[in-house]
Amino acid sequence: MDLSYTEEEQAFRAEVRDWLKDTLPRDLSEKVRLGKRLGKADVELWHSLLNERGWLAPNWPRAYGGCEWNAVQRHIYEEEACLAHAPRNLPFGLSMLAPVLMAFGSEEQRQTFLPRILNGEDWWCQGYSEPGAGSDLAAVKTRAVREGDEYVVNGQKTWTTLGQHANWIFCLVRTDPDAKKQEGISFLLIDMNTPGVTVRPIVLIDGEAEVNEVFFDNVRVPVENLVGEENKGWTYAKYLLTHERTNIAGVGFSTAALDTLKQVAEQVKSGGRPLAQDPLFAARMAQVEIDLMAMATTNLRVVSAAAKGQAPGAESSMLKVKGTVIRQELTSLLRRAVGPDAMPFQSDFLNGGDNVEAMGPEHAAAAAPNYFNMRKLSIFGGSNEVQRTIITKAILGL
Amino acid sequence: MDFNLTEERSMLRDTLSRFLADKYDHEARRKLITSGKAYDTEIFAGLAELGVLGALFSEDQGGFGGAGFDLSVVFEELGRAGVIEPVLPAVLTGGLLADAGHDDLVGEIIAGAQIVALAQGEAAARYDLNHVETSVADGVLSGVKTHVLNGAQAQSFVVSARESGAVDDEDGISLFLVPVGASGVTVVDHINTDGTSAATVRFEGVAVDDTMRIGVAGSGFAALEAAVARALCAICADAVGAMEAAKALTIDYLKERKQFGIPIGKFQALQHRMADMLIEVEQARSAVINLAGNLEQPRDIRERHVSAAKNLIGRVGALVAEECIQMHGGIGMTDEYALSHFARRLTMIDHLFGDVDHHLARFIALKAA
Repeated sequence: MDLSYTEEEQAFRAEVRDWLKDTLPRDLSEKVRLGKRLGKADVELWHSLLNERGWLAPNWPRAYGGCEWNAVQRHIYEEEACLAHAPRNLPFGLSMLAPVLMAFGSEEQRQTFLPRILNGEDWWCQGYSEPGAGSDLAAVKTRAVREGDEYVVNGQKTWTTLGQHANWIFCLVRTDPDAKKQEGISFLLIDMNTPGVTVRPIVLIDGEAEVNEVFFDNVRVPVENLVGEENKGWTYAKYLLTHERTNIAGVGFSTAALDTLKQVAEQVKSGGRPLAQDPLFAARMAQVEIDLMAMATTNLRVVSAAAKGQAPGAESSMLKVKGTVIRQELTSLLRRAVGPDAMPFQSDFLNGGDNVEAMGPEHAAAAAPNYFNMRKLSIFGGSNEVQRTIITKAILGL
Repeated sequence: MDFNLTEERSMLRDTLSRFLADKYDHEARRKLITSGKAYDTEIFAGLAELGVLGALFSEDQGGFGGAGFDLSVVFEELGRAGVIEPVLPAVLTGGLLADAGHDDLVGEIIAGAQIVALAQGEAAARYDLNHVETSVADGVLSGVKTHVLNGAQAQSFVVSARESGAVDDEDGISLFLVPVGASGVTVVDHINTDGTSAATVRFEGVAVDDTMRIGVAGSGFAALEAAVARALCAICADAVGAMEAAKALTIDYLKERKQFGIPIGKFQALQHRMADMLIEVEQARSAVINLAGNLEQPRDIRERHVSAAKNLIGRVGALVAEECIQMHGGIGMTDEYALSHFARRLTMIDHLFGDVDHHLARFIALKAA
């Protein structure tokens, strides 16, 4: 047992911090700090800066252009990046599709797609959920029928995050409608520019169209775009989900959110004194901080065990539930901290239009939309109820 | 960063765990408590022989451990078995005595031959270590100390007493080593809800001199606070052990107990509550790791982790105690079933050296300072 960072780790932290200070454009970090909406160009710029430094793919092997950082290094990077208000890396290509291609894809698929994830040529989105397949993901109905050297795809995906920017989508499609529901699914890569693909935005509770519906109408996909074997897609999907969950606790996000909350609570006045000195509000903040201190250690315990070869199985379900509860509580506290200034809906300011000033303090504009947006945390990636059922079966053996 | 136990600590844990699995159970503890005894002297001697007390002291002090993780390893096992024997006094007073050069007495504590109790609490002090009305003036100690753990089993006391200042001042508090047989000392014993023993100790005109003072006159508060910090690390680890025991009993029960023709563990209403409990127990374990790993840090950092851990342990302890009873149903409320001990212990731990609210307020105050 040793909670201290080694000299190498401390040097690494300093290196990351310095690089962020020198490289992260100020206008970009301000957007992130204020919870403004990021455009496609913002994300692409950030990816290209990381890629230049060789830090875009922390979990990839060096052979593919990754950094092979260990669990502690990734933790340090995430903490520093979040505290510097860096944009988050898009997970779809980097940490969802890439591990699947490395494990199950063809050599040609790896050679074609992996470099394009790094150099920003492709923007991937995830074609998993359907109107009838949410927590019960294996219920996907989108059909792919083989005709010669092509699959013909018909159906609909939904909740496709940032699909409006994407040129590629990885999909779970049903290739054998007669098999048991997990056994007739395949993992297919589809070019969004193929005729028959339609993307329709869904405006969410926060006023932003972050997610989309994607429709497939007789979309013809070359068979080379099948990953692995036909009807084995469920195995790959589950593999993907374990990788999706490696940063599921979101400790870095929460650390930064707590930092912001404390600053706001010092600025906001309540009863003639800073809100941070209001005993009731101080108690709410302290309690979530205490939970986060423990959570950070729980996270490191799990990821360091994972680094030693024990795959993060059901433990990542624990991280997901507790991590998302804490993140949601922090967004709730920030919304309450800003008081009546949470009420104006300031879409233009959040969209970052030139010369648009915030009504009231800048830190208040995103408080309510962000609170509403973050309700997604306990719904996506396997709802928290699904995670509890996984814990029940895998750890408790009930 | 490393979350694995050293080989020595793993061995200590395994040895202690085997010893307790062989020698300690709910029925024996019940009989002992019913018989009016404070603890089983043979078990306590056995623990000393295994080196459990020595593990709580550094090599300089005559032991072979003494770090936060030594405390947490030992006390998690004690908590898991529900041990009521007087190991905690060694943490509360042992370090104070070692720092003051009472090497022989520390040696006897490590051997299990002496118990020195901490006489610190007072009727009006609630959880404030600085609230000391007991006074020493002109060589005479007077006052009443309450909730003195194992006070009636101890051969001597470390007593906090005021030599100067107002009643809530941190300055002016001194610590004195007073033998139980000193003239003017009266000890009234009682049993706590969780089966541990404590006493109310009256000091009426007890003669004390400079040789009995531990540390510098009027500067005892910092040492007292540090000693309690170590004890809280032990207590929080004890709680995690008790949580694990209660959790294991409940998981077994959910698998065995059938209602409506199926094991009750098949009901999602109970499954999800059990999953939440599991998550919170892991949080409690992390809080103990944070505290144990920061016990040697400067005061402000250390105390921040003390209050964070005790707050979280108090919340999770209540959750585990209440949920385990509820998921068991009536059987969980019977004295005969072991869960009752762990539920009582977890609940009473919140009353030991500061509860959930006390430590939340303290955590906030420590940050503001």
